[in-house]
Amino acid sequence: MPLTPSSTLLSYIIKPLVFSLCLLPFILLLVNIINDNLSTNPVETLTHVTGDWGLRFLLITLAVTPLRKLSGLNWLLKLRRMFGLFVFFYACLHFLTYLWFDQNFDWQAILHDIPKRPFITIGFAAFALLVPLAVTSTHGMQRRLKKNWIRLHKLVYIIAIFAVIHFIWLVKADISEPLVYALGLALLFLFRLYLSIYSKPRQTAKNNISDLSAQNHQTGRQTTDGIFLYRERPATQLPVSSSRPADERPR
Amino acid sequence: MAVMIKVTDTIKSSEITPKDVYLNRRKFMQQTMAGSLLFASGAWLPAWAKQWPDLSVSTYSSHDKINSFKDITSYNNFYEFGTSKQDPARQAKSFNPRPWSIRVSGECDKTGDYDIDDFLKPVGLQEYIYRLRCVEGWSMVIPWVGFSLAEMLKGFQPNSKAKYVEFTTLLDKSHMPGQKRRVLHWPYVEGLRMDEALHPLPIMAVGLYGELLPNQNGAPIRLIVPWKYGFKSIKSIVKIRFTETQPETTWHMTNPREYGFYANVNPHVDHPRWSQKKERVIGESFWKPKRATQMFNGYAEQVAHLYTGMDLKKYF
Repeated sequence: MPLTPSSTLLSYIIKPLVFSLCLLPFILLLVNIINDNLSTNPVETLTHVTGDWGLRFLLITLAVTPLRKLSGLNWLLKLRRMFGLFVFFYACLHFLTYLWFDQNFDWQAILHDIPKRPFITIGFAAFALLVPLAVTSTHGMQRRLKKNWIRLHKLVYIIAIFAVIHFIWLVKADISEPLVYALGLALLFLFRLYLSIYSKPRQTAKNNISDLSAQNHQTGRQTTDGIFLYRERPATQLPVSSSRPADERPR
Repeated sequence: MAVMIKVTDTIKSSEITPKDVYLNRRKFMQQTMAGSLLFASGAWLPAWAKQWPDLSVSTYSSHDKINSFKDITSYNNFYEFGTSKQDPARQAKSFNPRPWSIRVSGECDKTGDYDIDDFLKPVGLQEYIYRLRCVEGWSMVIPWVGFSLAEMLKGFQPNSKAKYVEFTTLLDKSHMPGQKRRVLHWPYVEGLRMDEALHPLPIMAVGLYGELLPNQNGAPIRLIVPWKYGFKSIKSIVKIRFTETQPETTWHMTNPREYGFYANVNPHVDHPRWSQKKERVIGESFWKPKRATQMFNGYAEQVAHLYTGMDLKKYF
């Protein structure tokens, strides 16, 4: 039986710790900016570092389900929203760096640039698609949107593909670094493909839902797509408020 | 221009003094013979003295703020030593640019192998403070030590068939680790039209900040064409060839849609993927916006006539 931390441990130790770690690249950037020690080309470094971390957190977010499945550490799922919001955080910094330090808020140039440069167009598209996901990341929105929430949040796959293409299209000749991300993304997709093929029998066993949810009371249950675990439960089973996992509480 | 002496016999590696030996000898010389005749010959300079302390400054020099030695030597595009900006400073450390000779061939009378040290004599060397604009959208101002490319090329006596001059970088996977990966077509090749090459602005650089050229900047000898994007200014040159036809150049071969043969700095012709209207001035404050890029990198007055009647959008 894999270890499952208590909700206290999760809320007061693990989550703050993971949160701090996720924030560390940002803190390091700030310290280096203040000390004027970022690099020879600080704006370029700021652009690259924020972009890199946005993409890394995107892959980390997408890796939660595979990791959970492989390790049995179902509680990892409770960190996923945080990772997802860090994707948005670093993407915002990345976009802000472009608007501010690269373009100096020259809106005319920016509006000219975004549709004209394919790598900027696709990067901007990825960022724009992140916005609704961030806005609907609260548990309240999750409940209100019901099945549409799952549909909406499948956009993350499009975003990930766009983000990797954005990277590939901007490099001059050496595409090895973006290819590493493309490979990582491909592996995560393959895992999901594998999952969708081999978890079919469980999906059809609709009458077993209550059994499954009883087994996985703490951690959620398998859903049709094998990705999203916290779906709304049958109203008859438990009132929504009490079935809400610890991390889904509005903060 | 220094007198060029044709090298008849190449130095065997067994004859080269090991580094520790010559370093010790240098130390000994410093302690005992500083200021002596040897000092004047320039061969045994103490480490704290500049290689070329009192060079005259070329009249073509820019009056812009010069970048720091650190900026110039730690932010380099030199794919032979890796594709990141920091790679060359790290990976070129153990590169030994001696002995070094340049093979001159093609449409000229004085073909043959020329030793690098023939070009390093203070006679004919000057300091050239030039702007460098990278195709990626950043710029620096660098105090090169070098000599006129035109003077050098004239010394090789190109004939009437010489319409272009082609330069080639060293091909040596074991000492240039970046060449192990086929990121570009190795060896790196660049070229100029003869009238461009014979213009007084381009130089062969052998140093910067009064010192021997650091490895990551293209030691021991590189081209500088200040009105063209940086990738034209080929590094670590081992071959010079005069040709009748336009040379096939590396970046153009790698991506002909994005990199032309001419590669003149031109704010009106964008790179297909990004704008060339502005440039990030390296060394400026983080908060300072980018600067407008100038036609021919600010050298329009000197070179615009070379391209009269040419469609610079077509010949980019």
